[in-house]
Amino acid sequence: MSNRTKPVKISSLARDVFKSFDSSVITGWQSNLAGFLSGSKSFYVLLAISSLVVLASSMTTINALNIGYRHAYNVTREIPWGILISTYVFFVVTSTGLCIVSSIGHVFGVKDFMPIAKRAVFLSIVTITAGFTVIFFEIENPFRMALYNVISPGLTSNIWWMGTLYGAYMVFMIIEYIFLLLNLHKIAMFAGLAGLLTGLAAHSNLGAIFGMLHAREFWYGPYLPIYFIVSALASGCAAVIFFTYLGYRINNEKMDKPMERSMEAVGKLCALMVAVLIFFNIWKIITGFVGGEGKQAALTAMLAGPYAFNFWVFEVLIGMLLPFTLLMYSKGKNIGMMFLASILMTTGIFMMRYDLVVIGQIVPVFHELGVKEFSQLLPYKPSFYEIMVVIAGLGITASSFLLGEKVFKGHKSDVH
Amino acid sequence: MKLNKPDFENIKAECRDEVTEVERREFLKIGLAITGVIAGGTIFSVVSDIGRVFASGKEFNEKYPYKPHYSMVIRQDRCIDCERCMEACVLTNSVPDYGYRTMILEREVADAVGQKREFIPVLCNHCNQPPCVRACPTKATYKDSNTGIVMMHYSKCIGCKTCVLACPYNARYFNEEKHAIDKCNFCFDTRISKGEKLTACSAACPAGVRIFGDLSDSGSEVYNLVHQIAKPVWVQRPEVGAKPNVFYMKG
Repeated sequence: MSNRTKPVKISSLARDVFKSFDSSVITGWQSNLAGFLSGSKSFYVLLAISSLVVLASSMTTINALNIGYRHAYNVTREIPWGILISTYVFFVVTSTGLCIVSSIGHVFGVKDFMPIAKRAVFLSIVTITAGFTVIFFEIENPFRMALYNVISPGLTSNIWWMGTLYGAYMVFMIIEYIFLLLNLHKIAMFAGLAGLLTGLAAHSNLGAIFGMLHAREFWYGPYLPIYFIVSALASGCAAVIFFTYLGYRINNEKMDKPMERSMEAVGKLCALMVAVLIFFNIWKIITGFVGGEGKQAALTAMLAGPYAFNFWVFEVLIGMLLPFTLLMYSKGKNIGMMFLASILMTTGIFMMRYDLVVIGQIVPVFHELGVKEFSQLLPYKPSFYEIMVVIAGLGITASSFLLGEKVFKGHKSDVH
Repeated sequence: MKLNKPDFENIKAECRDEVTEVERREFLKIGLAITGVIAGGTIFSVVSDIGRVFASGKEFNEKYPYKPHYSMVIRQDRCIDCERCMEACVLTNSVPDYGYRTMILEREVADAVGQKREFIPVLCNHCNQPPCVRACPTKATYKDSNTGIVMMHYSKCIGCKTCVLACPYNARYFNEEKHAIDKCNFCFDTRISKGEKLTACSAACPAGVRIFGDLSDSGSEVYNLVHQIAKPVWVQRPEVGAKPNVFYMKG
């Protein structure tokens, strides 16, 4: 703890890094490897399944690249963003949320949030990687993006800011995790703070990509950048509960007192965030019904039209009401109940992203013109290839999580 | 506690004399614009809000930002849906069969008296404040500083399709052959830059629907059609505020 107050000097920093590599980490990793090899049978079965899923789905998605996205994906001129965009949003929302939740402990020093933080940082890297993988297969020219993002930046574009900031965010989170492994908490804290700030900026920009499309009434406005941050926190809490519970099951360990307190704190924050989400949703709907025709048409499709099942069952019931009840009822003590709530929430949130992206496009831009071509809501259903990309993203998350649990020995942090 | 009595003798009445001429005019315009919306959906007559109909608002009435300031007036009631404009566009600009740069929409009003059907040609509106250009992360789409045409730099396009969604006019599509977003550019590369005076669609139209020209030239047909007040001129989706350079009128 004493090195927290000392100013960081480059020379001593280098020495610290070198030392920590020299002693504990190498030997530690050797024992980690041994630990990994001694995993239980069901662990290997799960790891094998998730790796096979990654393999199979990446083969399919590479095939999609080959035959061309216009043939492989069901996106159209009128609905150019489908489930891949919503899945990308889902992963980066989760990543940002994990980063925020971990920062409460690691950056701001709230004791109760410290035990869960290391795993959360690791998983934020895993989920952003899954998100980038999905978007790689969505963008038509990802390699051009890497080039022209640098040499021809469009500074008025939210996509530019989001992409650039998320790139920086990923680097900061990786730095944070490395320094956490090296037990250099001061540098880890600064990297965590940088990660938090870039993550928040990137994530609100992601909301603004939608919120600043003023030709799309369903999205347009300052609501989405704010909503995205709130829902990131909700997603992050759910992910922490979900993965921490599973982590302890995989390692066949019992939670100690600080960890139990930590789960309780995260559970309470989670319930609060779901309540905020409910509040946001209510006002989004009420304000929407005094808006333009396009917004009302989209809202009607969501509440009583083709997306009503998605909305009421997945978003409202599975995504918000049931988890809220379970979280409140568990009082932060019944871990099993909280785990169930986190599964329901994550499922619901996945659908929330899908509906947000798709419903924003189903009302044609010329609908108010009253022309035959655009008199109906536009259809979209994800194709087989699109679903396989989604599965690839989920597979990457699952296998990386499983590997991480063994390689990094249950993400135990030494300094509490 | 004693309340201060208002000094009634010296309070100025908020009567008509206090409202300046400018304020009064602005207020009337708002009222007329609102009635315009209720009466005709997206229709704004020149009378109700002349600033909106002129391509770039009042500040550009005398001075348009581009020279030539390319623009198109669509005389909607003359369109017979022969689709020669679409054919000419496909041939001139090698548009693939799964996409289009221009289209003719059909509106049917079953309970209308007399004529029940009309056709509405649509294309890129080459907006003065193009939402697509703002949204592009790599400046692959840009507003040409000479002509005001919204153009594509195909090799810079990453295919994120944000511009497709940003466009209020459904004017963009992903072209597989170019591996980039493609859109109408007023035939700049295929005709206008080679000295032609008209776009392919405008030249092919047998009914004189599509009038193409320089809005900054007071002698041009587009200038005279847009700057008159006898017949209403409107733009599509004015509420977006993109300030389009494609105008619509009848008669």
